[in-house]
Formats: sequence, structure tokens, C-alpha cells
Amino acid sequence: MNKLLKNAIWIFIAVLGASAVGGIAFNRGENINALWFITAALCVYAIAYRFYAAWIAATVLIVDETRATPAERMDNGRDFVPTNKWIVFGHHFAAIAGPGPLVGPTLAAQFGYLPGTLWILFGAVLGGCVQDMVTLFLSTRREAKSLGQMARDELGSLGGTAASIGTFVIMIILIAVLGLVVVNAMKHSPWATFTVSATIPIAMIVGVYMRYIRPGQVLEGSLIGVILLLLSVAGGRIIDEHETLRLVFDHEGLTLAWWVMAYGFAAAILPVWLLLAPRDYLSTYIKLGTITLLAVAIIMLQPDVKMPAITPFIDGTGPIFGGKLFPFVFITIACGAISGFHALIASGTTPKLLSNERDIRMIGYGGMLLESFVAIMAMIAATVLDPGVFFAINSSAGVVGADAVDAVAKISAWGYPVTVEQMQNLAQQMGEATLFARTGGAPSLAVGMASIFGSAFGEGMLALWYHFAIMFEAIFILTTLDAGTRVGRFMLQDMLGNIWPKMGETSWIPSVIFTSALVVSGWGYFLYIGVIDPNGGVNILWPLFGIANQMLAAIALCVATGILIKSGKLKYAWVTGLPLSWLVTITSTAAWQKIASDDIRIGFFAAANDLTDKLAAGVLPPAKAATAPQLIFNLHLDASLTLFFVSLLWLIVFDMLRVCVRYLSGKPVLPITESAHMPSRLVEDWVRD
Amino acid sequence: MAGKIKAFWRIVRRLSGDDAYEQYLKHHARHQLDDAGHECHPPLSKADFFRQWQDEKWNGIKRCC
Repeated sequence: MNKLLKNAIWIFIAVLGASAVGGIAFNRGENINALWFITAALCVYAIAYRFYAAWIAATVLIVDETRATPAERMDNGRDFVPTNKWIVFGHHFAAIAGPGPLVGPTLAAQFGYLPGTLWILFGAVLGGCVQDMVTLFLSTRREAKSLGQMARDELGSLGGTAASIGTFVIMIILIAVLGLVVVNAMKHSPWATFTVSATIPIAMIVGVYMRYIRPGQVLEGSLIGVILLLLSVAGGRIIDEHETLRLVFDHEGLTLAWWVMAYGFAAAILPVWLLLAPRDYLSTYIKLGTITLLAVAIIMLQPDVKMPAITPFIDGTGPIFGGKLFPFVFITIACGAISGFHALIASGTTPKLLSNERDIRMIGYGGMLLESFVAIMAMIAATVLDPGVFFAINSSAGVVGADAVDAVAKISAWGYPVTVEQMQNLAQQMGEATLFARTGGAPSLAVGMASIFGSAFGEGMLALWYHFAIMFEAIFILTTLDAGTRVGRFMLQDMLGNIWPKMGETSWIPSVIFTSALVVSGWGYFLYIGVIDPNGGVNILWPLFGIANQMLAAIALCVATGILIKSGKLKYAWVTGLPLSWLVTITSTAAWQKIASDDIRIGFFAAANDLTDKLAAGVLPPAKAATAPQLIFNLHLDASLTLFFVSLLWLIVFDMLRVCVRYLSGKPVLPITESAHMPSRLVEDWVRD
Repeated sequence: MAGKIKAFWRIVRRLSGDDAYEQYLKHHARHQLDDAGHECHPPLSKADFFRQWQDEKWNGIKRCC
């Protein structure tokens, strides 16, 4: 009877999920309630977790709960610590969820709500979650080794080197594009600039408090920090309304970009306790708190999604970024569907805390499901806006014109009516001078979140909610920026240490300054170009980031597929092989189009040639002619980078196939490096207290 | 209800690292018993432990996009 009831419940969930997915897929012409999205997501996740993830854990990976994990065997009370599964889940989720799942869906909403939503749901359950879970499992079975190390051990030095280089380059692109998102959110907005700058001294106060005033009192320090952050959001209004003070915080994009670079450099050389660690505490609390609040607000308010299911921009003419639905929706939404970066957290970091293998499904698969859910909420926040407003905020001046009247005329002509008054009212409500051409995704997401929060918790505070949302995005973008710069510095020191050992000493000041400066100039260059690009820069950098991130995911899936085949599990190799071939298809297609397309909004060479011709013909206005040579050089550089990514990807795929073919034809391959079985001695009650 | 609040508070403390020093002391005491043959180090002070813990925690890739 009990079993019958259970079956009935799962059948009900399946039917409900199918109707919700069908509802959002086949709805045309009418507004659709956001609850349908939530329902579809929860049902799809529940079924995937209960059946697919359980099947992978039990049959493909064969997790063994009697086996001691690295955390148990190497328990040292510090980094290797067997930990309660909910705590590990919290750490893992806080580590994987950054600004990516918020920005990607917002940009992809130019295709309408449907393509992005379906990719977030099915990409996650069949691709992203599988990647995270399998990587977590493999690293747990290999003394918590990193992805690069596993690639080296199992496939050979080629795979390992590729993984390390890939990680470094993706970091540079990632930081540049995130920096650009923050700069665009602060551009000529004294309120936002003040609030974002205030996060730096606040983090320092918290750092000093935790280190010297009350050592180790993490929660006390964080509480002080969160209160100060909220005050800084409110205080921004005073700055904004003050005639002289507002000028101190009112800047061009380029000035802000230099400040972001200076900040990144400082953060990479300052001790972690002063800036990085306390900022991370604050951003983690704000992140978890805001995401929870957003979920509550969406469920309470049940807003209508106003964006159509599919827009005409699927033909590649979209104003936010050029390119057809296939493959660009899959490149634009990386985090939230499948993100290669997660493999770096799932290997090395999380396995050191895992107390039992049976928790792998919940932490690896479940953690990614939650991130996918965050992406769905970002999609909702972007699509509850009037489509006209959404496009007015996200279309750069280079596409719709710098003049407000021209911009609204052009956007209205696409079939998404919007007026100048409407945009002015909105900007005034949000406490901003203008909301036209605020590209990068952060401002439109903040407007969406502010309208959801405002309707759910009080309409009068829209401006406060808007700047709270901007602070929320900026604070963890800056955390990723400084943590990333620091990691980049360590990687570079490590590489240079092979040539000149003194450079490898992480505390030798000249090396620290030199490598930090090198990393900052790396991403600073792309940030600079992004800021001077009249089309907003995001349309170039975000696809590049997506391609790089998907390439890293493909490396992780290659390692996983190779190991599955080497372990004699050929018949299950499709579990990772299928998402791998999909990723190879979309990244290769996207890379090909970015290189070879004749459309100047897609192809790098086409755009470079177009600009060269115009420059030669003298038809560019003087300001544009001045930056044109830099833009042309950059377009060529972007094309080379894309080519580099896709060659690296194919190299690894062939290397993996080589290893598999050798294994299957009985030739010797590198041995499986799984550590030997040791029985777990952990007693249930003390580790799971 | 009080039990639930307590459990929640314990999770918050553990997640944030607020109780990391207490966990370290427990670990220290346990392992003092395990290998009694070794020479005994007294546990680190709270400030020293926190310093090492924080520096170690930030070594490597800890945050994603």
C-alpha cells in the first residue's frame, strides 16, 4: 500500500511537471504566471534527483557508503574534516553559485523566456548536475585531487596541461566580463558607486574585527558587516541627493574601470584576512539571504511574465548580442545549466569535507539543482519587465542610438512598445538618472528584482530595493574578481617558478607584485576594451566567457568519460559522453561562427574588416576613429583566443578518445588511480551531530 | 521548537566557521588520546588557530562564477 502511495505521488509529480513544462512551452500571446516556471522547475528537479541521480549513484558510479572518504582518512581538523552533509552542501553551494547564473539568463531573455528556461532545466539535470556529481565522486575516490591532477594522472600530461591553461585563461576572461558588468552598473550612478565602494572599507573593518578585536568571532563580525552594508545602501541616497558629494561618485565608465583594476591589484597583494576573507563572508550571507528572499517574493507575489515565449531575435539579429538561437543560447547560459568552473570546486575543495560517499548525490547533483533554480529565478526577474523596458535597458547605444527618442522609436518598431516617459518614470523610481543602455544585465535584473521585492514588501522603497540588488550583485562579483585575481597570481607564480624558482615563492614581494600586475593587466585589457567598445563590450566578452566555461566543462566530462571507460563501464559512458558531445557541438559551432561569420555582429574578422574599411574610407566620427585601431586589434585577438579554446577542446577530446581506444583494444594505458578501499570507521552520531 | 532553533543555530555557526576553534579543540583532544606515544603539543590559542585557518582556507580556488 505504502509503495502504491509512493508511486501515485511520483506519477502525480510527473504529470504536474509535464503540464507545467507544456504550459510554458505552448503558451502564446498571453502573459503567463511565474508560478508555472517554479512548478515546472521543482517537478523536473524532483524527478531527475529521485530517479536519474539515484540511478547514476547506484549503478554507474556505485557509491559505497562503507568506504572511508579522504576527509575521514586524512582528518587533520583543518582542511580535511569529515562534516555534516548539510554543512558541506552549504559550503559547496556558496562556492559554486556566483553572478553567472544571474547574468546569463538575463542576457538570453532576448530570445524570449522559453529557450533559456528549457536549457536551464534540461541542461542542468542531464549535463551540469551530472558533471558536478561525477567530478565530486572521482575526486573523492582520488584523495581529493584537483581536476588538472586527475586529467594528468588518468589521460596523460596533455589533458592535465590543457586543464591548467584552460583554467587560467577562463579566469582572465571571467574577471574581465564581471568587471564590465559592475562598471556598467556604476556608470554615472553616484548612489550605486558609493554603495559598491563602501563595501571595501566595510570588509576591512570586519577583517580587523575578526583578526584582532575579537579573534575568530566570525558571526559577530559578519553581523556588524551586514548592518553596515545595509546602511551603505540607504546612505547612497544621501550622497545622491547632495550636490557636491554626488560629483565625487559620478564617473565615466573608463574611470571606474581603472578603479576596478586598481582594486583588483590591491586585493591580490593585501593579506587575505584584511579584504578577501571578510568580503567573502559578507557576500555569502547577502547572496544566500537575497536568493531566499527572491524565492519567497516570487511565490508570494506570483508575478506575470510579460516577455513572449519566443522573440523574432532567434534569427540572430538580437540587440543584446548577435547570433542565432542555436548555438548562442547555450553559450550565453553556462552557469545555471552547465558550468565547467564547478568541476574545480567539486574536485579538490568539497571532497575534503565529505564524510560519506552516499552524500555525493545530494551535494554534487543537488547543489547544482539549486544553482539551476537560481538561474530560473533570474529568468523570471528579467522577463516580468515589460519587454520594451527590458530591451531599452539592455540595448547599447551603438545598436539603438544614444538619443532616447531614437531608442524608444527603434525598440517600439520591433514590436515592444516603450515610451521615453515610461523610462524616465522608471529611472526616477529607481533613483537613477537614466536606465537607457545600461548593458551587462545587472541593472535590468536589479529593476526586475526591485519591482518584485517592491510589490511584495512595499512599493515605496523601490529605489532602495534597486540599489540593494545592485549591491547584492556587485559584492559577489567583486569577491569573484579578487579571489580570481589571487588564484591567477598563484597559478602564474607556480608556472614561472618552473623557469625561475625564486618567482615561485608566494611570499617574495617582487614576485607577488610582478605576477599580480601581470594578471590584472590581462583582465584589465579586456575590461578596458569592453568599456571603450561602442556596442557595450558585453556582446563580445560574454560569448567568449561562455565558450571558455563550456570548454572547461568539456574537459571535466572528458576526464569522467575516460575514467568510466577505463573502469570497464563502457555501457554507461553515455551518461557523461552525451553531455560532452553536446558541449563539443555547441562550442565548436559557436566558435566557428564567431570566427567565420560574415555578419559583423557575430564574426570577429567580419567586424574587424568592416571597421578597417570604414576607417580607411574616413566615414567614422573622430571619437570612433581614435579607438578603431584598438578595437580592430582586439577583434583579431578575440578570434585567436576563440580558435585557441576550440583547438584545446578538440585536442583533449582526441586525447581522451585515444586513451579509450587503446584501453578497449587491450593496449596498455595509464592505470586507474583510484585509492584502495578502506572501511569507514566513522560512527553515525558524532560526525552527523 | 527550542530544539529546532538550537539546531539551526548550530548549523549557522558550523557553516560560517564560528565554531571552528571548538571543533579544532575537540579534534586535538581526540587525537591526543589516539597517539599517546607522540610528544604532546598544547593546542594553538584561538587567535593563532584562526590565523592559520583563515590563511589555509583561501589557498586555491574557493569561489566560482
